Amino acid sequence: MKFSLTWLKDHLQTEASLQEITDALNAIGLEVEGVEDPSELLAGFRVAHVLTAEKHPDADKLQVLSVDTGEGDPVQVVCGAPNARAGMKGVLGLPGAVVPSNGMELRKAAIRGVESTGMMCSARELDLGEDHDGIIELPEDASVGHSFADYQGSSPIIDVAITPNRPDCMGVYGIARDLAAAGLGTLKPIAVPTFEASGACPIQISTDDAEGCPAFYGRVIKGVKNGPSPDWMQQRLKSAGQKPISLLVDLTNYLMLAFGRPSHVYDLAKLQGSITARRAKAGEELAALNEKTYNLDETMTAIADEAKVLGIGGIMGGAETGVSDETTDVLLEIAYFDPAATGITGRKLGLATDARTRFERGVDPEFLGQGLDLLTGLITELAGGTPSEVVQAGSPPSEAKVVAFDTGLTKRLGGVDVSDEEQRAILTKLGFEVASDWQVTCPLRRNDIEGPADLVEEVVRIHGLDKVESVPLPRLDGVARPTATPMQKMERKLRRAAAGAGLNEAITWSFISEEEAALVGGGEWSLDNPISEDMKVMRPSLLPGLLSSAQRSFDRGLSSVRLFELGRRYLKDGEHPSLVAVLAGDKTPRGWANGKAQSFDAYDAKAMCLTLLEAAGAPVGKLQVMGDAGDLYHPGQSATLRLGPKNQLASFGMIHPTLLKQFGIDVPVAALGIHLDAIPAKKTGKGAVSFARPSFTPPALQAVTRDFAFLVPADLAAEELLKSVRGSDKVNITAARVFDVFTGEGVPEGQKSIAIEVTLQPQEKSFKDKDLKAIADTVVAAAAKLGAELRG
Amino acid sequence: MTDLIDQKQAALAAIDASTSIDALEEQRVAALGKKGWVSLALKTLGQMSPEERKEAAPAIQAVRGEVAGAIDAKKAELEAAALEAQLASETIDLTLPAPDQPKGSIHPVSQVMDELAEIFADLGFSVATGPEIEDDWHNFTALNMDESHPARAMHDTFYFPDKAADGAASSSEAVGQQKRMLLRTHTSPVQIRSMKDEGAPVRLIAPGRVYRSDSDATHTPMFHQVEGLVVDEDIHLGHLKWTLETFFKAFFEREDIVLRLRPSYFPFTEPSVEVDVGYSNEGAGKEGGRRVVGGHGDAPGHDWMELGGSGMVNRRVLEFAGIDADKYQGFAFGLGIDRIAMLKYGMNDLRAFFDGDPRWLNHYGFSPYDQPTLSAGVGVRP
Repeated sequence: MKFSLTWLKDHLQTEASLQEITDALNAIGLEVEGVEDPSELLAGFRVAHVLTAEKHPDADKLQVLSVDTGEGDPVQVVCGAPNARAGMKGVLGLPGAVVPSNGMELRKAAIRGVESTGMMCSARELDLGEDHDGIIELPEDASVGHSFADYQGSSPIIDVAITPNRPDCMGVYGIARDLAAAGLGTLKPIAVPTFEASGACPIQISTDDAEGCPAFYGRVIKGVKNGPSPDWMQQRLKSAGQKPISLLVDLTNYLMLAFGRPSHVYDLAKLQGSITARRAKAGEELAALNEKTYNLDETMTAIADEAKVLGIGGIMGGAETGVSDETTDVLLEIAYFDPAATGITGRKLGLATDARTRFERGVDPEFLGQGLDLLTGLITELAGGTPSEVVQAGSPPSEAKVVAFDTGLTKRLGGVDVSDEEQRAILTKLGFEVASDWQVTCPLRRNDIEGPADLVEEVVRIHGLDKVESVPLPRLDGVARPTATPMQKMERKLRRAAAGAGLNEAITWSFISEEEAALVGGGEWSLDNPISEDMKVMRPSLLPGLLSSAQRSFDRGLSSVRLFELGRRYLKDGEHPSLVAVLAGDKTPRGWANGKAQSFDAYDAKAMCLTLLEAAGAPVGKLQVMGDAGDLYHPGQSATLRLGPKNQLASFGMIHPTLLKQFGIDVPVAALGIHLDAIPAKKTGKGAVSFARPSFTPPALQAVTRDFAFLVPADLAAEELLKSVRGSDKVNITAARVFDVFTGEGVPEGQKSIAIEVTLQPQEKSFKDKDLKAIADTVVAAAAKLGAELRG
Repeated sequence: MTDLIDQKQAALAAIDASTSIDALEEQRVAALGKKGWVSLALKTLGQMSPEERKEAAPAIQAVRGEVAGAIDAKKAELEAAALEAQLASETIDLTLPAPDQPKGSIHPVSQVMDELAEIFADLGFSVATGPEIEDDWHNFTALNMDESHPARAMHDTFYFPDKAADGAASSSEAVGQQKRMLLRTHTSPVQIRSMKDEGAPVRLIAPGRVYRSDSDATHTPMFHQVEGLVVDEDIHLGHLKWTLETFFKAFFEREDIVLRLRPSYFPFTEPSVEVDVGYSNEGAGKEGGRRVVGGHGDAPGHDWMELGGSGMVNRRVLEFAGIDADKYQGFAFGLGIDRIAMLKYGMNDLRAFFDGDPRWLNHYGFSPYDQPTLSAGVGVRP
């Protein structure tokens, strides 16, 4: 909320400087978001007297003025304004001044060959209005040489952010009250005007909705004259960011900005019969002041006459019954609308107004009568007219909250020592009534106070939060204890292992488009109110985000992308931590040593996948490579890694070319995905014993290797053969690996040759020839069961 | 004997003149081979009388030793020369590029989360997590923001379709509303979940993704926050101030961190406190100018910057979380992780965090070997 310093001083008697006031506002929780000082804005602009005006020798529309600036010799100024003439007074911007409307710095310059020292300004140039037909004309008595800001009496404007718990500070008066409590001056009493009321209110007012509108006060004023507001009023409203509309409307806004009290003025001539606050009927409509039509329902409070709805209670009035320049008789409305109900209605209608903001946070229930009198006083003073007596329908909430306060809580919760006397003084100045036994009665406007902790906040913020000293948290003896959970440890290791393997960690959006989600099997969680269609569905897979990143990278001219993300995917049964990596484009660029660029292949993904699984602590040796990696992958170049058929830990392979096409990628992409929550937790004991590893001594005898080449059916998985070879003699065979796979000359159709190197580790004594032969026979026999035949 | 001496001289000259291992081998065979003149000379010893032999043997042996030594020496010389020549022929241009070893990187957000975990572990805080798809009750109601609470308007919340409204006529509207699913707007629901699970006392941080329907130069609809929560029997605002000061000093690795606490409002804390930190503008106005945390915000050339919200946990929140609010009290705070990462490491565009551009990630990311530790200092200097 914005207000000028002058306005604040209407309510606060203070000698404090602007800086002291803004510091205090920040200190008491009314955050200053900005200060505009027109005298800074208008620095370099001064009241000047045009002594002579001659035609410009080389331009028809320009004049050359001699201008008295109040000091030194007159300066020469070239001016194009039609109203510039000798003898007038206006506003001169000197070189160095910055024109507020466009930010241009004025300079001494030659205009069509004639030197000009500064510029005579229009209202628009100084951001003072729309007028740009000529330069500003000041009255005769304006004192030459004076700073224009001083002459104009402009006052700094303070912009304060009011938190939702402080509706009482949504008017300048409330802010003044807080500042006074903080010792920044004295709160001036509100001067409630007195006037002669003439007769009863000619219109009947009632409320039928005690919940939504417990109180409706009103009065008629006859014989008013509407029109534009006086300048001072317009200026004040503008300083508060409120556009002047017409005197009557401006006065309601003025009351709201000064006292946080919304009100409404109806054109009496447009009302039919009595006025009621009631629940709207389903299907009722209102063409509101903002030129939009709203459909109301029976949960909403409406103000209505006997023929139609006049306004949405606490939110906005109707266009039809609003005041115009022709209005002569008005009905004033000052009501109390229920905060919760106003909020719900406002949200339903999607309608945010200054009135709603105040009502939904809670206006002062004790300020209805006073507010009505203040508004009446302003109207009769500035627009004339004769007020009727007041009608009070219903009554606003009146039950004050009483809090049993223990002043020791200030120290226990706030960590600061404040004497009982000071605590009492602070609360009293804020309008709380403090009994001798510390039963504290809260003012009704402070509906934010729920209990003693709120009173501590009041005391501490006024006393000064800066007086709270740092106090160390108690520490445990010894070094810090480990805190990470097994999952956190796994995530950390995986991240660093992936980065160590050359991948860049990315973080991509948790939400993707519906189309992208559909490509990876569809998402379960679709937002009701997405910020854009691209960010609508919670990702069921991390792949789309990474593919999109890769695609953008290729579009930017990169030729190789290695990305991973460790994050959640969002499925029907919840959020699952996953790691997905994409290896896209060149694995190695073309080079002097290796020739052509090489792409990533499925084995790169497999190697990376196993490296990461090992880092994550998965039992890599026990994993089975199985098919069925799903539709996202190339059907012949992808697989899953499982612990048993049901527990899938990971998938890897080449991404399906169709999917790549849909993401606009035209190079092969290898990828892998790991389900972190499928990796079995390691059993961990406690204490030193659990760190010990199984005992091990490297064998003393030298291992030997033997090669076997088998002819096997072409569709036999190499892993099958290896498994059976390894399993044939679990004591002596410690490793078996494929070192060659061959089809072609010498290998019959429908078969392939797989060559395996088997490592044999003697235990107690070295192998003899007959031992080796026996083992070899076992190996061959085991392989034969799979249809493998030893090559001659 | 003179013959032998002559032969020796000739052989030594031939050995010395040998230019290859093969030529040298010929010389060896000619002298020391089975039929070599030295071997033949040695054989003559057998026919000699003991006296003759006594005289001749040492002389022949000496010749043999001299020739063999010369051959060995020449052989070593020739081999060394050959190796030298071979090595010279193997010279390669080492200015040619070696194969690239791709360098990976850790995202700044992950790095900073690890830094947070490390620093707070030293203060006895564990790391808690919670769901991002949260229900209305945990995100709002239990944090003292019931349905009509105006503070809800400050959270631009992403909602999921109201499943309760579709069917389930039995559940009342209020219950349905509390179960309505949304994307958590802050990490504070983790407070509730942790306290419900673990009870009091508790010290934790909860870093993670949060979501608000907001997008401009400084806001993204997804960002990262870290929640801090301490609940114990006698925790007050002074502890909160110390904790944040201590954290920022450790995080930014500077002692001149000055915090300013300002009264504010959050429904889940009472009293509520906004935390500002003093900073200066280095190279202000120029390109590359950036904010540098440190110093008193009121000092010349300095100002205050908002870092996060905090306060003493509202009694009602403790009650919602099943904590005995007469016995326990505590503080909570929330900080933007992306924001403090930007302040520390100098990124200026939040949106780039989530673009997955390898160039950005290589520049602003971290080596996997820079795992933050207290002994090495948690920060990484370029």
